[in-house]
Amino acid sequence: MGNALRFRDDAAHEEPAVTLDAFLGQTNATAVRLESDEDARKLIPQLGQLALIEIAFPKFRDGRGYSAARILREAGYTGELRAAGDVLVDQIPYMRRCGFDSFAPEADIDTAALERALSRYEHVYQKAADGRSPVWALRHG
Amino acid sequence: MYKYDEYDQSIVDARVEEFRDQVERRLAGEISEDQFKPLRLMNGLYLQLHAYMLRVAIPYGTMDSRQMRMLAHIARKYDRDYGHFTTRQNIQYNWIKLEDAPDILADLASVEMHAIQTSGNCIRNTTSDQFAGAAADEVTDPRPWAELLRQWSTFHPEFSYLPRKFKIAIVAAEEDRAAIKLHDIGLQLYHNDAGELGFRVFVGGGMGRTPMVAPVIREFLPTQDFLSYLEACLRVYNRYGRRDNIYKARIKILVHELGAAEYARQVEEEWAHVKTLGLDPPPGEFERIAAQFAPPPFETGIADTVDRSDPDFAVWLDQNVKAHKQPGYAIVNISLKPVGGIPGDASSAQIDLMADLAETYGFDELRVTHAQNIVLPHVKKADLYTIWQKLVAADLASANLDLISDIIACPGLDYCSLANARSIPVAQKIAKRFEGLDRQRDLGELKLKISGCINACGHHHAGHIGILGVDRKGTENYQLLLGGSGAEDASLGRITGPGFDEDGVVDAIERTVETYRTLRTEGERFLDTYRRVGMDPFKEAIYG
Repeated sequence: MGNALRFRDDAAHEEPAVTLDAFLGQTNATAVRLESDEDARKLIPQLGQLALIEIAFPKFRDGRGYSAARILREAGYTGELRAAGDVLVDQIPYMRRCGFDSFAPEADIDTAALERALSRYEHVYQKAADGRSPVWALRHG
Repeated sequence: MYKYDEYDQSIVDARVEEFRDQVERRLAGEISEDQFKPLRLMNGLYLQLHAYMLRVAIPYGTMDSRQMRMLAHIARKYDRDYGHFTTRQNIQYNWIKLEDAPDILADLASVEMHAIQTSGNCIRNTTSDQFAGAAADEVTDPRPWAELLRQWSTFHPEFSYLPRKFKIAIVAAEEDRAAIKLHDIGLQLYHNDAGELGFRVFVGGGMGRTPMVAPVIREFLPTQDFLSYLEACLRVYNRYGRRDNIYKARIKILVHELGAAEYARQVEEEWAHVKTLGLDPPPGEFERIAAQFAPPPFETGIADTVDRSDPDFAVWLDQNVKAHKQPGYAIVNISLKPVGGIPGDASSAQIDLMADLAETYGFDELRVTHAQNIVLPHVKKADLYTIWQKLVAADLASANLDLISDIIACPGLDYCSLANARSIPVAQKIAKRFEGLDRQRDLGELKLKISGCINACGHHHAGHIGILGVDRKGTENYQLLLGGSGAEDASLGRITGPGFDEDGVVDAIERTVETYRTLRTEGERFLDTYRRVGMDPFKEAIYG
């Protein structure tokens, strides 16, 4: 495992994440892990009890987790949203925009390169899950 | 023409710095080639047979002379003094050094250009009608919508690691000059019965090894819902498009496997949610962009006739010049298909000359066409003869637009690491065989398209006559297809039968067109005759 990164102020959640099947079969888990082919919408009825949702990136090219993250944020989830697996420095800015605020990369992230990547773009073109104003909003503010 | 504001410029400048950083990390060995590959691909940088190839975006094929000259500058400074205009209205350079790529992007950014998302499994450069803003048959200029798409799709955080590449084309006329039904998403602007402007949305077309003509997913999409609806289309694809097999990963396979109606239902369901998120820009943003595509200051009351006394000029005029909506003006098509040349290639001197012509005679505008030619969309009829003389001097006056030698060809095995066969020599041999313009003009509109492998970059499925190069037991073999079309009457070509060697396929094409000549009725194009009589007479002539 590489260095875990967290962009939240609250304390890290300690309970191990259960699988989606296990979560849907029991009522008291507070952390769940979604595989990349699992439907994030299945969590929506019980989002309130979750403090951590971990989304798997088996390969960085598998972009399903970006949609899963946005769907969860759009549904009002405010807990920790963690990207786990093949998470690379150049993907993290996109993941942050989609609502991820925690990362468990397989290999170490170069934190200096990450800092540059995260601060590089002053402006964005689209509204996403990170609350940033797209340039069309700035133009017509 | 759209001009960047401070926001656009800051994003493109940041991209240059980002890519410089990525290249430095790669050259320092901090990231692997496997990790670097999707990063360089999202900047249009491919590793080809001999060198890196850089593809530069020309959004919806529109440029001014300053941008065109920059393309010449890059060809001179960083490449071998030429560039290759592509079927997606872009340009690519075949001999690029990786360490030069960041400087090239910086040069491009200085004229409001970039190479963002010209490759990779993301939303690619949006293509459009090369006659936009000039064509008499358009209901509106589609380019402001294409620019909205450019901005929306640039670094889209959710859709940058799609199952596969994603291509969108947009037109605003009944005549489809952008092959929209052969795109992942095709958009046609039109007025509904109530007189409202909206889009007919086609999803799931494409070529490649499984060619499909896109079905209509939504008959009428109001313009104010444009981007949120596309967001829903893409989200369904990102979540459910196949990722187990690269050859089944395009959206056409998803739409085909689900059925168009079920895909449309899922999109509507997603959109009902997405629409609530406030993703659509306000009308003022569209108006801001559209104002920049206002028609140029055309003169009125000027001569609408042309002196045809020079017979060579008259031939070019009839073949390459198209009607403009403004009296006294015309649309000039500059063919990049001289006999013996490489389809779509232009030298830096030729690129500069075309830029000069646009600046002097054409309100500073140029277009790239999906047929790999260049257009001066707004020229005064009174200037046509002068323009033609300058084109003749630069070997740019081939009067073969839409004729058999106006060939679309992929780079093929001469450049491409995916190719099975060469495309360029076949194109050259066909052009040579049909060199006489009288013969070509007698054959009329005939769209011939050549791909050097099943990926179909040369659009062979959509050619009235298509050629597909394959590898047959270690030798190059060419299959012949008939009856394709990339226009509003889109159809996919059918293979005639066993393939041919390089000279054999040229002979087979000659037999095919001679058969057409004997069978055609008054006014019938090759495609019309083929559709009327079917494959059999051609097959007999070719193999009989």
